[in-house]
Parts: sequence; C-alpha cells; structure tokens
Amino acid sequence: MVPTSFYVFLAALLFTIGAVTVLVRRNTLIIYMGIELMLNAANLAFVAFARQFGDVAGQLFVFFVITVAAAEVAVGLALIVTIFHTKHSVDIDAISDLKG
Amino acid sequence: MFLETVAREGATFFHLAPLAVFVPLLGALVNGLIGRRLGERGVALVAVTASGFAFLVAVLQALSLTVYPEGAVVPIAEWITIGELRIAWAQQIDTLSVTMMLVVSGVGTLIHIYAVSYMHYDVRYKGDPGRYARFFAYFNLFIAMMMILVTGDSYLTLFVGWEGVGLCSFLLIGFWYEMDILGRPSTANARAAMKAFVVNRVGDAGFLLAMFLMFWFFGSLQFREVFEKVPEVAQAQPWVLMAITLLLLLGVTGKSAQIPLFVWLPDAMAGPTPVSALIHAATMVTAGVYLVTRSHELYMAVPEAQAVVAVVGGLTALVAASMAVAQYDIKKVLAYSTISQLGFMVAAVGMGAFVAGMFHLVTHAFFKALLFLGSGSVIIALERAHHPLPEEGGHGHGHDQGDHGEHEDHGEHEPFNPQDMRIMGGLLRRIPVTGWTYIIAALALAGIPPLAGFWSKDEILLEAKHLQPVVYGLLSAAAFLTAFYIFRQVFMVFFGQPRSEAAAHAVESPRLMTGVLLVLALLSLTGGFLNTPWFHPFGQWLEHTLKEVEALPFDPLVAGISTGVGLVAIGLAWLIYRGTFAWSRWEQDPLQFLLKGLFDFLQASWHWDDLYQVVFVRGYRALAGFLAFAVDWTFWHDWFHDVVVAGGFRRISRFLSQPIDLGIIDGIANGLGNSVQGLALTLRRWQTGYVRNYALAVMFGVVGMLVYVLWALR
Repeated sequence: MVPTSFYVFLAALLFTIGAVTVLVRRNTLIIYMGIELMLNAANLAFVAFARQFGDVAGQLFVFFVITVAAAEVAVGLALIVTIFHTKHSVDIDAISDLKG
Repeated sequence: MFLETVAREGATFFHLAPLAVFVPLLGALVNGLIGRRLGERGVALVAVTASGFAFLVAVLQALSLTVYPEGAVVPIAEWITIGELRIAWAQQIDTLSVTMMLVVSGVGTLIHIYAVSYMHYDVRYKGDPGRYARFFAYFNLFIAMMMILVTGDSYLTLFVGWEGVGLCSFLLIGFWYEMDILGRPSTANARAAMKAFVVNRVGDAGFLLAMFLMFWFFGSLQFREVFEKVPEVAQAQPWVLMAITLLLLLGVTGKSAQIPLFVWLPDAMAGPTPVSALIHAATMVTAGVYLVTRSHELYMAVPEAQAVVAVVGGLTALVAASMAVAQYDIKKVLAYSTISQLGFMVAAVGMGAFVAGMFHLVTHAFFKALLFLGSGSVIIALERAHHPLPEEGGHGHGHDQGDHGEHEDHGEHEPFNPQDMRIMGGLLRRIPVTGWTYIIAALALAGIPPLAGFWSKDEILLEAKHLQPVVYGLLSAAAFLTAFYIFRQVFMVFFGQPRSEAAAHAVESPRLMTGVLLVLALLSLTGGFLNTPWFHPFGQWLEHTLKEVEALPFDPLVAGISTGVGLVAIGLAWLIYRGTFAWSRWEQDPLQFLLKGLFDFLQASWHWDDLYQVVFVRGYRALAGFLAFAVDWTFWHDWFHDVVVAGGFRRISRFLSQPIDLGIIDGIANGLGNSVQGLALTLRRWQTGYVRNYALAVMFGVVGMLVYVLWALR
C-alpha cells in the first residue's frame, strides 16, 4: 500500500503549483484552475488521512468541498463573464479599479 | 354759618387737605392726556373746577382753623426712610400755610377763569389752537405743585413743590417755545425758559446745601423738629445757623428774583400773560418770602442774617424799581415792578416783620395779578384791533380783516408788537373796564390810601423805620419810583392820543376777562382792611403760627411820607407824560429825552445781564469750549478713545487673531487634517488594486498563521 506521506507530498506539490499559478498567472481562467488545483490538493490530503485513520469524516468533507467548489466555479465564471463584458479582457491586472 | 357749625362740631376739615394737591393734579392729568378731545369748553371746565375745588378745600381749612387755630399735621404717605433719616409726606395745616393756600388757589382760580378767554385768543394768534389743553394741564399742575410747596411739613417736601413750580414755570415760559414774543420763528422763548431754569438752579444749590447742613446738625428736615433744636444748635455751633440762613437766602434770591439772581424774571415774560400773572407775580415768586417766614425761628436766631436779608430785599426793591422806569414793554414794567415788590416783602421778613411781609404778599397778589391781567387784556385788545380773528368777522382796521386772519407785515415795517407801550395811548376810552381796573391796581401799587397796597406797604415801612433805618430809606425811595413808573405806564397806555391804528380801534375784552378784572379790583380796593393798624385780624390769624407779633402803633409821619411820596411821583409822571413835556410834543418818550444816557442804562437793567454775560456766560463758554475741544475731543476722543481704547482693543484682537486663533486653534485643526491626510497617503500605496497582491498578502498571512500555530504547538 502506498504510504500516506506520498499522498501528502503530492497534495503539497499540487497545492504549491496551484498557489503559484494563482500568484503568477494573469489569465483569470488559469487562476481559476490554480484555485481548483489547491482545492483538490486539499481533497487529496483529506482522503489520504481518512484512509490512514479509517475515518469517513475526511471523505465526507471532500464531498462538501467538491460541492462548494462547484458553486464557487459557477459564481466565479459568472464574474469572469461580467468582467469580460465590461473590460473586453480576462487579464486579472485589467481589474484594478480599487487601486488606492 | 353752617360750615362753621360743622367745623365746631368736631368734624374738622383738616383731613381733606390732601385733596388740594390731588384734585388739581387730576385736572392736569385729564387735560394732559385727553384734553385735545375735550374741546375748549371741556378743558376749561376741568381746569377751573380743579382749581376751584382746591380753593374750596383751602376755605374749609381756614374755617377749621378758626375753631382749632393750632392746626394739624395731615400725613399722606411714608416717603423716605434711610437710616436715621425719616421723612413722611405730610401736610402742615396752620394759619401760615392756609394763608398761602387761599392766595394760591383763590387768585389761581380767578386767573384760570381769565385764561379760559385769554388763551382762546392767544392760541389763535400764535397759530396753534391745539395747545389750549396743554396750557391748562400745566396750569393745574402748577396749582398742585404750589400746594405741595406751601403745605409741606418739612423742608424736603417744600423743596419738591419748589422744584415742581420751577418746572411748571419753565414749561409755561417756554409755552411758545418755537417763536419769540412777536410770534416770529426763534429760540428766544425757549432760551428765556432755560434762563429761568438755570438761574433758579443756582439758588436751589443754596437751598440744597442748607438742607444738607440742616440734616447734619439738626438730624431732621421737619419744620417742628428743626425749630425745636434751634436754641441748642445756636449755642453749640453759631456758624451753622448763619450758614443755613444765608444759603436759604440764596435759594430765595433765585425763586423770588432778588439781587443777584433776579435776571430771569424779566425774560420770563415770554410766557403767556396769565402765566406772568399767576406764576411770576402772584404766587410762585412769593415762595421765597414764604420760605423765610416759615423759617422765622431760624432767622430770628441770627440777627446778622436777618440784616443781610433785609438789605438784599431793600436794594432789590430800589434797583428793580429804577429799572422799571425805563421799560417800553408793558409786561417788562410789571416784571421789574414784581421784583421790586418782592424786594419789599423780603426786606420785611428779613427785618422780622413777618406779618407785614405776608400781608404785602397777599395784597400784592391781588393788585399785581390785576395789573398783569389788565396788561393781558390790553394786549388782546390791540391784537384784536390789529387783525380780528376770522370768527369775529372783525371791524378792526381795513386791509387785513376777513378770511385771512394771518397778518402780513410789510418789509419796511417793524413787526406789530402789542406789548409795546409806544404804540398805545388813549386806551381808557376804548377799553374802559380794563382801564379803570388798571388804574385801581396802579393806585394800590403806588400805595395811595385806602387801597390794599397802602396798608401793607405802610406796615413794612413802619417796621423798617423801627428795625432797619437804612432799609427804610431804600424802601421809601423805591416807593417813590414805584408810584412814578406805574403812572408813567398808566399815562402812556391809557391817556393821551392813540399812537397807532391798533390803539385807536382797540376792542374791550370779553366779559369773562373783564369780570375777573372787576373781582380783583374789588380785592385790591378792600384787601387792605385785612390788617389796618387799628383792626388787624390778619396779624392775629398769623399769630397762631408766628408767635411773636407786636403790631406797631400807627405812625402818621410814616404814612404821610409814603403817601406824599406816592402823590409827588404820580404828579411828576403826570407832568412829564401829560403836562409840560407831554408825549405829543416830542417824537420820543419825554423821559428818555430828559434822562438821556441814564435812561438807556436803566432800560438795559443796569447792564446786569451784560455783566453776567461777561463774567459768567463768557467764562463758562470758554470753559465749555476747552472741555469740548481740548478735553473731550482731543484728550478723550482722539487720545483715550481712539488710541487707548480702540487702539488697545485692536492690538489685543490682533494678538488673539494672529498667533492665537490662526496659529494655535487653526494649527490644531489643520494639523489633524494634514496628519490624517499624510497617513492616508502612506496607506493608500498598499491598495494596489491587483488581485495578485492581495492573494499574496493572504498567502503570507496564512503562512504566518501556520508558522505561529506550528510554533505554538511545538
């Protein structure tokens, strides 16, 4: 059986890739992918620990995360569509209207 | 008599005495407030009733006094209570005050009645009929004030009346304040009123100082309390009584127009003639004589002061009589005559002949009121002949009768002056009632027996011969001049040929006026029998108040000399004005031709006014100018006000506004704003608007929290 630490390392790797993607990419859609990547890294960690401790609560939590992520994507895509309508761009740096 | 029985029954009328003050006061209020709506008849009715009521009250007091000669003190109100000083407003009813009440209200009522008709003409000739009510309001107020004066039981109450009548005098002298006596726009009448007021202030200052001294050394101002302490104070501090009596004399010289303060009375003739009769002849000016008589216990204690009073009176009598000789204004003659006669009275009371002085006061009130009212009748007669009122239709002389009653004086003419005796003459035929009553009064003034003036003047001369021979000489000379000037006036006004159109067509005054003249003529004829040397009820009457009264026996020599002197003077006047030097032969007053420079000197009243002008008025003006320009303008205004006050204020406000307000207050407010703004400028850089930056911050935050949690759970 693959040791839990492998899963955790993979989850950490995925999370880091997701976080870096969010921080360095300018395309809003790609940033969304980065966010999904981080969420699924967390899901992987949940599931891995749920298997190690034989506790289904971790698996249950993953379902919630997937549900919330689906809702979040719906809201997020709606926002992106609206931004595209107003700015004709999906570049994250184009929406800096709150600059002080 | 019914009233006498009532008085005897014990119901005295003393408690009615306050009504003598309050009813005329009420009359003054009514006429003053709603007089304009009452109409002339209503105003006259109110005024005469009020004054007549005061006379009735006075008569009732006299009746009560015949039964209770010791009199009474009638309290009206608590007035002043300051520490030891307790002054109630109370009325002292005794034979002396009731004598004054009778004269004031009796003669006053007669003059009120006369004024009802006289003022009807006067307000129309002066062009303001609306002022009729105001005149009677002042007149009633005067009666009320005079009643306060004569009935007061303390010097302070007397002083209230003293000032009150002074006020009425001022108001009535300046009654036509916007014109002079000829009706031309001028401040002359107003200046005359002010002169009377200011000159009287000088005398009042003396009166006040006397009262201060009195309070200091006697501890009271009430007559009885003061008089009780006279012997005590006379022993301890003799100079106090001397000072008080002489200061009171200063007050007397002001109010009773004696040397040196007589100068206001001739100018006071600017008032309407009834005012001159009532206030400046019969009543107010005799207040000084009353004051000395009332204070007789003080004066009796200081013979030196008595001598001063007597000499002042004697000199005034002579000097004023000489001034009266050279006057052309019919009322000015009477004004100087009044001063002179007041001199007789003051001399009498100064010598201690109080009964004689009061007696002359009473008879003088009769015949001098008659003379003034007669002169008023002459003035109105000439006015009506000169330009009749439209309502009379008029049969005066030609050109200005009819609708336009206003008289036009052509440029080259002197303005018509109905008081100028030079335009009169021969009036006896035109206005016989006025003329004959005037002659009766003139005979009384000249001291021809058996008229009123003879008895009173004779009594004064008799006392003077015994008490003060020098004053006797002065008064005898004055008596000569008196008879001369009054018959000079009679001959100029009533005899000879008319010297003007107006005099030729003079119209006798209405019966209301001549009726009063007749009553006063009767009083002037018979008034002397109040106190003849053989039968003297007046002396006995006053004895209740004045205590020491020795009636001197009749002296044929004194009476003969005074009568002889009077007759010689009348003869001389006849010689000059009717006989050898009759007016018609000379283009001017024959006396002026005879006396030349002396006449002008007398006419200018010895240049007394000019002397005051030089000594006091000019000095006062210089002082006033110095005070106004140097002290007030340069010092107070330019320096103190502008530099010290305004400059100081400006400096303080500049200090407050510049460093304090702008520096500190605004600095705090602006500094707060600036620091907040600076902070905001620093903080706004954090708000880049780039999602990435926020995300990075969130990540650092999460990492930070993780590090903390891991470190804490170590």
